[in-house]
Amino acid sequence: MTTPKIKKHLRILLFSAAGMFGFGFALVPLYDVFCDITGLNGKDYSRTESSTLTSTVDESRTVKVEFVTYLNKQLPWQFKPEIKSIELHPGERYQVSFVASNQSDQDTFGRAVPSISPGYGAQYLVKTECFCFQEQMLAANEEAMMPLIFYIDPNIPADISTLTLAYTLFKNEPTEVAMR
Amino acid sequence: MSEIELKDNADQPILDVPAIKTFTDHHSAPHGYKRWLFSTNHKDIGSLYLWFSLTMFFIGGAMAMIIRAELFQPGLQLIEPNFFNQMTTSHGLIMVFGAVMPAFVGLANWMLPLMIGAPDMALPRMNNWSFWILPFAFSLLLLSLFTEGGGPNFGWTFYPPLSTQFSPDSTAMFVFSVHLMGISSIMGAINVIVTILNMRAPGMTLMKMPMFVWTWLITAFLLIAVMPVLAGAVTMILTDKYFGTSFFDAAGGGDPVLFQHIFWFFGHPEVYIMILPSFGIISAIIPTFARKQLFGYHSMVYATASIAILSFTVWAHHMFTVGLPLAAELFFMYCTMLISVPTGVKIFNWVSTLWRGSITFEVPMLFSLAFIVLFTIGGFSGLMLAITPADFQYHDTYFVVAHFHYVLVTGAVFSIMAAAYYWLPKWTGYMFNENLGKWHFWCSLISVNILFFPMHFLGLAGMPRRIPDYALQFADINKIVSIGGFMFGLSQLIFVAVVIMAVRGGKKAPAKPWEGAEGLEWTVPSPAPYHTFDTPPEVK
Repeated sequence: MTTPKIKKHLRILLFSAAGMFGFGFALVPLYDVFCDITGLNGKDYSRTESSTLTSTVDESRTVKVEFVTYLNKQLPWQFKPEIKSIELHPGERYQVSFVASNQSDQDTFGRAVPSISPGYGAQYLVKTECFCFQEQMLAANEEAMMPLIFYIDPNIPADISTLTLAYTLFKNEPTEVAMR
Repeated sequence: MSEIELKDNADQPILDVPAIKTFTDHHSAPHGYKRWLFSTNHKDIGSLYLWFSLTMFFIGGAMAMIIRAELFQPGLQLIEPNFFNQMTTSHGLIMVFGAVMPAFVGLANWMLPLMIGAPDMALPRMNNWSFWILPFAFSLLLLSLFTEGGGPNFGWTFYPPLSTQFSPDSTAMFVFSVHLMGISSIMGAINVIVTILNMRAPGMTLMKMPMFVWTWLITAFLLIAVMPVLAGAVTMILTDKYFGTSFFDAAGGGDPVLFQHIFWFFGHPEVYIMILPSFGIISAIIPTFARKQLFGYHSMVYATASIAILSFTVWAHHMFTVGLPLAAELFFMYCTMLISVPTGVKIFNWVSTLWRGSITFEVPMLFSLAFIVLFTIGGFSGLMLAITPADFQYHDTYFVVAHFHYVLVTGAVFSIMAAAYYWLPKWTGYMFNENLGKWHFWCSLISVNILFFPMHFLGLAGMPRRIPDYALQFADINKIVSIGGFMFGLSQLIFVAVVIMAVRGGKKAPAKPWEGAEGLEWTVPSPAPYHTFDTPPEVK
């Protein structure tokens, strides 16, 4: 009963099922690309090379920047910003430090993953220097200041009056190569 | 459908076998357990699927009884919260993948070849395989409940990090069982498509196919499109948990929200996989007992196809509260509401079919009429959930539980019951006990509404889903819901009694037991002989 046409249909359908399995995995990079293009999801695709650096400071308004930190419970650290929030003029450079201290008796590696809300404001927070660009190491019971230098792009839409910058600090295995 | 004329095939030698009790007395049928284990016969495999589905319906139902017993009163009485979570998770997985989907595949196996005049499914050995994978899949899932640390407890949607960082050690068993279920469904779907495209009787063009065949064809395409995506999602959970990848782990650059996108890209078409075949069943039964042709056959076909296509554009309405941008919230809200248009077309077509029909109320018709009313209630609560701002209140409450149980229990399950009563005489050769069938219907109808309707109020009042304990103000309604639940559970035992009695004997059923029925399946004797349509009938 298995005619060549049936075999052909079977091949096409099996191939489609395999293709859709691949599509499921393709969604992972596609999702990152989509978020990058649209600036959605509060992902911070750090614009370190800054062409807008020359732009002038907009004295007419201020934007409040709040700093929030979270610790993954596997990491035996303390991690706090020096200040909770700051009012800045767009275009004005600012340096803020985060205090991190290792509470354990072992050297540990941590990695900070940023998230900015509202998500569509993420692209206007420009970091020129950030501890989150690299993996951080703290020796046993060590305390360190972790600096962040940033400014707010003057093109930031008028309806954004507050940007919240949240860092979640995760434990990193020292052997692991940082992904981003 | 009335233009279909059937070639008289009563002269086939196979039909001369006198008074067939089972199919085994045909010379080529194997006997004993080998008949079932090695069967490539679409009727045997269909029966296996249906019995398997009924078993799973009762196992999943027993879990629901445990859930409702714990929720009978506030406070923790009977079970540990972790076990409660395993019950909600397993109940969902078993009912979706073990009860509803295999029931539809069973109906497809039994009825599709009979409806299109084919001697069997196109790929009979693959058919055998796709059934026999299922017992292994569900044994794996059920055994995981007995491992140290328990079975899956992260909800049937297995969101990370619940299913990765915080899941029990048995998660690998869950993952592999979902893999097996997926392989089984994909093979079943391929078989359906190949059969429908290649094995139709001469003269049966696509637009002459019964609606059940059409809805299954479209469902099968949905299955092939989304089951592999589910397989991908569980694979990523597996590697995230055991092999150090970071698809959904923010520490490694992943994103847990990505999981929800992938899961619901599968999950939303999945809900249509569980309802489109129901639409086909109802479209077969309503015209039979209204003694009129189905109103708007063409629009039914196009509506089914539109629902299937739109189902790929609405997935994010399950995740309105994750922090989507406004544009996405609006897009998914409007697309979701758009689906109610083709669904409404179907409802209106059924009602128009009933209009001025000579209606009689046999058991399959009772279930179908209940389906139309109660499924529509589920559809309306779905529309309420589609409104993004309202969904922020309803999200993860019992309102959602009420909604999807109306579409899945009084929708999908009621249609499966209707189908079972409708075709039972064709399968067994005996009329079932109508009186008991009516008892089953009325007990189910009353109890299912006591069970699920008050859940709407619980949800609107703010009771969250998936919790073993709740605030005191929800106590009275939960008690009512639990009583409805026990009643509904017990009522299903009547169904088992009716089926077993009809298998064992009763009034002989004629080839066409329902006066108004049309279609090729009623041209073969009851019970349908082991081999049918060895020479294809001609459809004009």
